[in-house]
Amino acid sequence: MIDLHGYGWQMLLGLSVTVQAALCSIVLAVLLGLLAAAAKLSRWRALRAIAEAYTVSIRGVPEYVLLLLVFFGTSRVLQTIARQFGYDEYIEIPPFFAGVFAIGVVYGAFTTEVFRGAILAVPKGQIEAAKAVGMPSFLLWRRILMPQVIRYAVPGLGNVWLVLLKATALMSVVNLDELTRKAAISAGYTKEPFTFYMVAAALYLCLTIGSNLGLEALERRSSRGVRRA
Amino acid sequence: METLTAIAGLSEFLMWARDGLAGFADWQIIVDSLPKLFRGLVRTFQLVAISLALGFVVAVPLALLRVSRNPIAWMPVYAYVYVMRGTPLLVQLYLIYYGSGQIPGIQESVFWPFLREPWYCAVLTFTLNTAAYQTEIFRGAILAVPHGEVEAAKSVGMSRSLLLRRIVLPRAFRYALPAFANEVILTLQASAIASIVTIQELTGTAEAIISNTFAFYELYITIALMYLTVTYSLVWMFRRMEHRLSGHLRDRPTIGPLARSPAQPAEAGLR
Repeated sequence: MIDLHGYGWQMLLGLSVTVQAALCSIVLAVLLGLLAAAAKLSRWRALRAIAEAYTVSIRGVPEYVLLLLVFFGTSRVLQTIARQFGYDEYIEIPPFFAGVFAIGVVYGAFTTEVFRGAILAVPKGQIEAAKAVGMPSFLLWRRILMPQVIRYAVPGLGNVWLVLLKATALMSVVNLDELTRKAAISAGYTKEPFTFYMVAAALYLCLTIGSNLGLEALERRSSRGVRRA
Repeated sequence: METLTAIAGLSEFLMWARDGLAGFADWQIIVDSLPKLFRGLVRTFQLVAISLALGFVVAVPLALLRVSRNPIAWMPVYAYVYVMRGTPLLVQLYLIYYGSGQIPGIQESVFWPFLREPWYCAVLTFTLNTAAYQTEIFRGAILAVPHGEVEAAKSVGMSRSLLLRRIVLPRAFRYALPAFANEVILTLQASAIASIVTIQELTGTAEAIISNTFAFYELYITIALMYLTVTYSLVWMFRRMEHRLSGHLRDRPTIGPLARSPAQPAEAGLR
């Protein structure tokens, strides 16, 4: 058995922070993705342009650079605003919020494309039929679009989740005590970097395997009404 | 009189705009750091290009092993791809850069002069990482080669290696191009984290300048725009390449020099 010099708990603690950060980020990403996908398919050109600019610019910039921009940039914006009101202290964004915000915004651009594709995959005839029987748009959204959009979007969202989960490792750079940073701290104290990064990698792998199993179940559940060939 | 008012208004507006722009960012710092940033960008290109090329060299044989029916051949490759794709690149980088020294005997080995250097560690990490993703890309592409073509090659008596060289691989590379383009973009974006192990590529250069000037915004937004430009130039390049390579799939133009004149109907049957 590997000797973790009593840092095993620290690693598990890091693991739980990683999971929390990833869950919060994916919720933010899904909300942003739904909004931006709706904007991309909207009638108003301005909304479409904003959503397009969002996805195009986010996908062209490394997530690490965006994370640094959010972490350092936002605190400076807040500081500038606070100075207008006579508050002169140094403001630091809590790393958890900065990390979740940055990763959520970045992966929101990817979920946008997933949702856009899923909404377009719903047969047009069904929407026409719903309109023909006089469904108001909210009811149409809830009864016709959403149940099918979720089914079409599940595989794509699963992929985004798997990538996002690994991207949370970047949050260690802004000093969030998640798995990677816990591994770095433990490695520093014990002088056994290989052991601890191996453990971290193994834990990430467990998360990936668990997610894969969970996503398979979710896919099966969300498409339970579909006849297979 | 009206013209004068207009000119006065315009100059007032220009001054206002200049002050606004000057207040928005410290442009001098951006201009001063551009030469350094471009050197960093070249370093980024080197890192990405070397890793992608080495990854390609590793990935093609791995992909061939991966599509083999022999479990001794495909299972280790499957495990390798799964592990590399299931763990964060940052952890892989740390494992190689910080962790490799802990392996017994490595500090006396011939590898140590390389593993001690952050540059080689980054190249090794990115190579191993992209090799896993490229293996998966080429696996899919090899499986997409129509079976009839393979059968035809066999029926004319091509040997296995000739079949691979003339039929399977060229076809597979064409099928792999869109996914490969995507992998190039992803590797470019991932290369930013090399700055964490002190490599002076684009992001690392920006960070070094920031630690002297504290101009977070200016530098981060500048490099974000540089990454954006490079990314979409690459996207555009690959799109052109795909367009060129798919000429035989498109309809012949109906007007212009390449159009088939109605006087030669015999050719029509050749399609």
